[in-house]
Amino acid sequence: MAQAPGKTTLTGWLFKGPALTLLAFFMVYPILSSLWMSLQVGKGMNFSFGGFANMWRLTQDAVFQQALLNTLTLLVVQVPIMITLAMLMAVALNDPSLKGRGLFRTAIFLPCVTSLVAYSVLFKSMFAYDGVVNRFLEALHIMDQPIPWLSDAFWAKTLIILAITWRWTGYNMIFFLASLQNIDPSIYEAARIDGIPRWAQFIKITLPALKPVILFTTVTSTIGTLQLFDEVNTITPLGGPSNSTLTLSLYIYQLSFKFMPSFGYAATVSYVIVVLVMILSFIQFVVARERRRP
Amino acid sequence: MNRQLHRIMVYALLSIAAFVSVFPFLWLILGATNISPDILSGKTTPGHALFDNIVKLTQQVDLLQLFYNSTKIAVIATALTLVVASLSGYAFEIFRSKLSDRIFAGLLAMLSIPFAALMIPLFVIMAKLHLINTHTAVIIPTIASIFIIFYFRQATKSFPTELRDAARVDGLKEWQIFLYIYVPVMRSTYAAATIIIFMANWNNYLWPLIVLQTNDTKTITLAVASLLSAYVPDYGVVMVATTLATLPTLFIFFVLQKQFVQGLLGSLK
Repeated sequence: MAQAPGKTTLTGWLFKGPALTLLAFFMVYPILSSLWMSLQVGKGMNFSFGGFANMWRLTQDAVFQQALLNTLTLLVVQVPIMITLAMLMAVALNDPSLKGRGLFRTAIFLPCVTSLVAYSVLFKSMFAYDGVVNRFLEALHIMDQPIPWLSDAFWAKTLIILAITWRWTGYNMIFFLASLQNIDPSIYEAARIDGIPRWAQFIKITLPALKPVILFTTVTSTIGTLQLFDEVNTITPLGGPSNSTLTLSLYIYQLSFKFMPSFGYAATVSYVIVVLVMILSFIQFVVARERRRP
Repeated sequence: MNRQLHRIMVYALLSIAAFVSVFPFLWLILGATNISPDILSGKTTPGHALFDNIVKLTQQVDLLQLFYNSTKIAVIATALTLVVASLSGYAFEIFRSKLSDRIFAGLLAMLSIPFAALMIPLFVIMAKLHLINTHTAVIIPTIASIFIIFYFRQATKSFPTELRDAARVDGLKEWQIFLYIYVPVMRSTYAAATIIIFMANWNNYLWPLIVLQTNDTKTITLAVASLLSAYVPDYGVVMVATTLATLPTLFIFFVLQKQFVQGLLGSLK
């Protein structure tokens, strides 16, 4: 080593310097600032210290509670469906004897190039009352009456779930595919010779090998869905029929930039998301560890 | 027999999935050639309104300006992010100490903080700096992307130590090792990161929506959203705008699919 260790340490900090400076101003400071704001009450730029007044307001705010419930509902329904689909498709595509694998993979992966706004445009027009999806369902005789996708509370939520699933399934599938390629094919060969059926191979070999990816995709999807904004703001502006698609992020946006700004309260709502992310990540890690034990 | 049935089911399922995935893209192109009422009534054949829709779009928005703004923001943000994030990602792996590792763990914890929790203070900061409605305000908070720092740190684990040691023995300075050895060796990592950062910036919506307030500073993504939020949106026009907004990322996807996939997986290594 040509250089003294002290000097290389300094170089190291110089390399990290620009990133750490930017993060201090545009990440750490905002985090602390919004924590401080959440203790302030008032409109616009006129703040006064309110202590826990904003937290009390949360318990009284029916709109907030609905946004929280909506966000959690979307999360609980959408994430498991998408992760399961992504995993199944990856398993199907991982079969080397399958013809047209590359084509299928590209097609299923394609949705993730679209911007969130762009695919919202597509879904809003396809799911119009007389739109192509309702026409198609009628032609298949699945429905005799068009579904009010955009004007009914239940269907609006369903539409948002379908849209997110369309956009992100292929994206998550890529992680599963990569992980499947790391499993030694000779294990399956041995299982096949022993006469172990396919479904048992899936449960005994594939699933345990995929555990880290299931955790990774579930955590990132959970964080993503908790922050859901672009799609709901474009497909169902203002929170959709009777606020059925109002998410926490959309509510924060409305509180801060749409109505008379109430930054302190909005910051309090944003910390609800932070707490939710922390709780859910923690639960998922604990569950993952418990499963590993036996 | 059972095996064959299984095979057929797999093909059927994958075909449905592929159709569902690709159909909206066909719908987009069909939509660009149709008039709004036809789009909303589910017409699935090409129309004759493409030229009309383009003309109407150019009357409503300044396309050149929108593309200039989007490209400018995405290119500058990508370049700065690459420099800042790769330097620190490299350093977090190479120049390690207890303090450095602790800071890195802190950064990872911040990765799960939602943007909604940051946007109000960020807006206040930008207002104080008189940067509201500027592209600088859009770019600055995205540069030190923790995700990309993490990505480069993971990738640096595969950077051969012998190369670095040899260079040190040869008397190269640390910045020379980074610039003349690390960057060229890791070019596929840079390629993948470039795609991810460029797409994220090109498609960014919430933060630009808050910061950019006049038509001359807006991006193509914002323009699509505002065309759609009109009281009676003209879907033919919106579809043309959406097609144009999607073309660059679609192009990148098809040309650089391999690197794109590799880029996504880089964070998982």
